[in-house]
Amino acid sequence: MSAQTPSTGTDRVKRGMAEQLKGGVIMDVVTPEQAKIAEDAGAVAVMALERVPADIRAEGGISRMSDPDMIDGIIRAVSIPVMAKARIGHFVEARVLQSLGVDYIDESEVLTPADEAHHIAKSEFTVPFVCGATDLGEALRRISEGAAMIRSKGEAGTGNVVEATRHMRSIRAGIRALGTMDETELFVAAKELRAPYDLVVEVARLGKLPVVLFTAGGIATPADAAMMMQLGAEGVFVGSGIFKSGDPALRAAAIVQATTFHDDPDVIAKVSRGLGEAMVGLNVSTLPADQRFATRGW
Amino acid sequence: MTRPLIGVLALQGDVREHLAALRDQGAGAVAVRRPEELAAVDGLVLPGGESTTIAKLARRFGLLDPLRAAVRAGLPVYGSCAGMILLADRLLDAPQDQETIGGLDVTVRRNAFGRQADSFESEIDLAGLGGGSLHAVFIRAPWVEEAGDEVVVLGRIVGGAADGRIVAVRQGNLVATSFHPELTGDRRVHALFVDIVRRRVAARPAQQAGVAAGTEEEIS
Repeated sequence: MSAQTPSTGTDRVKRGMAEQLKGGVIMDVVTPEQAKIAEDAGAVAVMALERVPADIRAEGGISRMSDPDMIDGIIRAVSIPVMAKARIGHFVEARVLQSLGVDYIDESEVLTPADEAHHIAKSEFTVPFVCGATDLGEALRRISEGAAMIRSKGEAGTGNVVEATRHMRSIRAGIRALGTMDETELFVAAKELRAPYDLVVEVARLGKLPVVLFTAGGIATPADAAMMMQLGAEGVFVGSGIFKSGDPALRAAAIVQATTFHDDPDVIAKVSRGLGEAMVGLNVSTLPADQRFATRGW
Repeated sequence: MTRPLIGVLALQGDVREHLAALRDQGAGAVAVRRPEELAAVDGLVLPGGESTTIAKLARRFGLLDPLRAAVRAGLPVYGSCAGMILLADRLLDAPQDQETIGGLDVTVRRNAFGRQADSFESEIDLAGLGGGSLHAVFIRAPWVEEAGDEVVVLGRIVGGAADGRIVAVRQGNLVATSFHPELTGDRRVHALFVDIVRRRVAARPAQQAGVAAGTEEEIS
């Protein structure tokens, strides 16, 4: 890098963007009106997608990147960062989203995968990417492809945090285990995690991922968000949980407050009062295998 | 040598990096989320983050007015990126209802350099900072559009479309930068701020100084 020339799209700028979102809540929105409600409630960013996961489950069919007009409308409606989802492996959707000026792309299992073997080569882009992971190996594979932020996958659209809990615990346990290993053991760990050795060594040394770790999937209440923060998430994505609930503006603000004061049960109790109906939940253990989103991506 | 206790406003943003940078400079550093925690510190950092979110949380949890009172009373405050926005008396390109702490006689334009694709890193020169140019990281960064007479400009962008734009300022005990020194290993901006806090603590009557020194805690 030339010392005098400003450089865009560097790892530091991409990862640094996610650092600024820490302690915050990123909300799924499908319209500019929802985006405005999210901003007013204190969201640190909004996530544009065609349909929220609960509707994707209910309606079926193929789900894709949002309409560019809708994304333009959302970008115009708010001053906070706008993220948008692309299908796994769909590098052209990602190029389109970059040209629309979105601030982050979520290569997301919630949409129908466009490639059953390959994720997008994310390092080639100026815009940063966030990707889902169920365990440490998956997180490291995504980072090696260029992801600048990781989130748990959870089981989106269910209003059930059990899978997000599993993923957060699994990622954190994986990181802790690396910290106890010597050099020879780290070689074996890299092989078993199916992840690059250098990245495995870096995680062992840091005691954390080299990028920000958020949680996503099934978060529906302030207490859900606070629990994920206590399990080591650095911030929260909320999908269907807000706009499929009885009073989205109130619930959105409550989840924002519970995320900041995640270690203070008095605050969580206070903000959890009078929120109206939470989204209707689904029991993940009775979901047929072909309706599970978390198994998409590899 | 006094060891000042410096808070980092921990409502949202890159709090951990600022805590680490302050400790590197020999200061005690604590997360501040409540008025009583604010009352215990000798200086405060407003971290990078989303300024609209931080302002809303500050209002909702009764911190905004204590923050304004603390700035008026001369508390040293350093703001990076979102922190610069929070210190500004006037904003451009902000939601109409966005509140700030204020105190810094500047007009700040939010997201002035553009969207994330325009975020960049570059070398800049800062007045009064020895050791040559500083590698600065700008992320959806603001700039100072206009600065009042009492504001000292510490740094500007050189070259390119934003040539001459103000990205670092100081007014009395208030310091603000558009960029994020907490994201690089260069600690000179934090050193400058810790020095401002030290001088103020040393100038205070003895019975007031360092009331809460030694009560460090890590945020989770």
